[in-house]
Amino acid sequence: MKTISAALFGFAALLAASTTFAQQQTLTAVSFGGAYGAAQKRHMIDPFMAKTGHRILFEDYSGGIAEIKAQVESGNIQWDVVDIEVIDLERACAEGLLEVIPRDILPPGDDGTPAMEDFMEAALENECGVGVIFWTTLYAINTETIGANKPSTIADLFDTKKFPGKRALRKRPQVNLEWALIADGVDRSKVYEMLATEEGQARAFAKLDTIKGDVVWFDSWSQAPQLLNDGGAIMVQSANGRFYAAIQDEGRPFEMIWDGHVYDLDVWSIVRGTPKKDLALEFIKFATGTVPLAGMQEVAYGPTRQSSGALVDPAVLPLLPSSHIDVGVKADGVFWADYGESLGEKFNEWLLK
Amino acid sequence: MTVISLSKEDLGSAHRELRRRKLTAFLFVAPLLAFLLFAFVAPIGSMLFRSVHNPNVADLIPDTLERMGEWDGDALPGPEVLNQFALDLKRLANERTSGRLAGEVNRIMPGASSLIQSTARRVRAVPDEDLQERGAALLFESHANWEQVAIWRAIRQSGKAFTVAHYLTALDLERAHSGAIQARDGPRIYVTLYIQSLRIALTITLLTFLLGYPLSYYLANAPTRMSNILLIFVLLPFWTSLLVRTTAWIALLQTNGVINTTLMGAGITSSPFNMLYTEFATIIAMTHILLPFMILPLYSVMKGIDPSYLRAAMSMGARPIPAFLRIYFPMTLPGLSAGALLVFIVSVGYYITPALVGGSDGQMISNLIAFHMQQSNNWPLAAALGSLLLLVILLLYWTYDRLVGAKNISFG
Repeated sequence: MKTISAALFGFAALLAASTTFAQQQTLTAVSFGGAYGAAQKRHMIDPFMAKTGHRILFEDYSGGIAEIKAQVESGNIQWDVVDIEVIDLERACAEGLLEVIPRDILPPGDDGTPAMEDFMEAALENECGVGVIFWTTLYAINTETIGANKPSTIADLFDTKKFPGKRALRKRPQVNLEWALIADGVDRSKVYEMLATEEGQARAFAKLDTIKGDVVWFDSWSQAPQLLNDGGAIMVQSANGRFYAAIQDEGRPFEMIWDGHVYDLDVWSIVRGTPKKDLALEFIKFATGTVPLAGMQEVAYGPTRQSSGALVDPAVLPLLPSSHIDVGVKADGVFWADYGESLGEKFNEWLLK
Repeated sequence: MTVISLSKEDLGSAHRELRRRKLTAFLFVAPLLAFLLFAFVAPIGSMLFRSVHNPNVADLIPDTLERMGEWDGDALPGPEVLNQFALDLKRLANERTSGRLAGEVNRIMPGASSLIQSTARRVRAVPDEDLQERGAALLFESHANWEQVAIWRAIRQSGKAFTVAHYLTALDLERAHSGAIQARDGPRIYVTLYIQSLRIALTITLLTFLLGYPLSYYLANAPTRMSNILLIFVLLPFWTSLLVRTTAWIALLQTNGVINTTLMGAGITSSPFNMLYTEFATIIAMTHILLPFMILPLYSVMKGIDPSYLRAAMSMGARPIPAFLRIYFPMTLPGLSAGALLVFIVSVGYYITPALVGGSDGQMISNLIAFHMQQSNNWPLAAALGSLLLLVILLLYWTYDRLVGAKNISFG
């Protein structure tokens, strides 16, 4: 009798274990890795797993929509949640590669503000994404080697007489063409309007011509802090979080120049057709809450909720892109969806000349 | 005369045996065949097909395209076409696929993407009857560009499921409205890049030959113990990750890298040389990476050459250089052919090293293929560029076969 009841108990325990096993699901989330990915893991992925008991596979990619497109078109969905740049979001959403995220599921901020008021407008602009961070592209200098005469504007970046030396820029038209026009005297608010015209494009390339011999073109953001550190260039373009990590974690003597920085958002989005859409929505609800978003300050990326602002360390505040909006340019996703390919070709032609 | 004849059963069993053996032989190669089919024939076939076949727009707006059939392309298409297009656009907007149409048309006419997208948002909520009645007027209201012929030409052109337009683009050509083929009115980069890729590949092949030939000769003729140790030095980098080797070159070549600091320390130069992110960096890093592909076939062929040939030539009075050129060198040609072909073909499509150390002038055609695969998502053009590269390589191989003979290739 005793053995039978023991066996029954064991069976029941097994059954219970198997049902909890069935409820536990695995979600695949994809983001950019590096210090940013580490912060997301610490403040979004790990707490979500601890809270819900679900597992998240957290993978890296290098941006763009090619992989998402391949998965959706082949019907072989491997990613569920993807951190995507707004510059690509416009296109991915319009091509039907992402799920629409209903706004009414988003929880209010921790201070009770309803989600629609708590989120900044740009964070919910596109129906396929919920904003995670404000980040920006700017250039930095090495204070140990730059000397007494420090550059402080985009015009200085293009002034090789005043500041002789190499400039390191990422090998793509984005941001560089905007900067060329700003340096040429175009008002920040008119940059994209100008770039949409033939004359504006010619003007931008003509301005780039003036520094062509002084530019080191790199291919991946991770090369940038290295170039500034080893003296490969005196002014280096990168994402503000990369420089921040180099300054904060490695003690590098870098200084960021905020003039004309081109800021953009990253959002969480859901790959269309994923069988785990419900869990993906759960994750996004959690990850875009007040506290997880405030955690992104670790890499100096600004939170997209107003209620997270209260949790930001006052020492970090001046280093967030949101504190320098007045001197910045908002990257125009619609413009780059229109002209990304044609300007990409023109840019490559210009490089080869 | 005796005739050996087999009984029917014997004949039958002999056939069975033969069939069985054939089957076993087939089963042995079946996994390889299946692998080749999956990993080689199918992807290349689909790539070739994709470069001429793009049914996206034809599937999205079939009705509009059908009504466009009669249109001559000189003036605006009739209102029935425009109304139908407004209807189609509404349907796409509600299915959330208008972006696909926008993306495809934008390739032909940059700027069309936002035009189509903003209009799609406006017609999304308009009732069907209104669109049928006055869709054309609604289009004109939403944006003046709908009154231009160019956008409708672009839509019709993108609606062709089968097209060679991507091959024309890949050759810096385009088809004019009149149908004539002319130089492309836009960036012309692809032919330049093909030539640059071939030139870089040829330089690398030549360099690996100059560096690899004497080394292989030494390896083949050195005592076994010595040559084994040296071979490990050849193979060690071969076993190291490609990225590690490329990064090592970055460390060596950068402005304050090992080479520049040494040169400046020795007082040879006062300011650092600019070596990284140039064609020079691409060539030197790739030569290093591809050197084993040249050395190994050369070494194994040289190893098989009997040294007595050269001795015989010398003993009959040939001077060393002519003896080498007329006796030894021709015997190493099969290995040289194999090595040169390997290095050339591998390097002409190389991607990662030029991307990392090439900067602006060390780019190759593969970098543009990657651009169209990953960033602009113009897969048909990427496929056309890839197919042309394949064609160029096949052509070169064919020329080589005619001049030298492919039978002469030997890996040892």
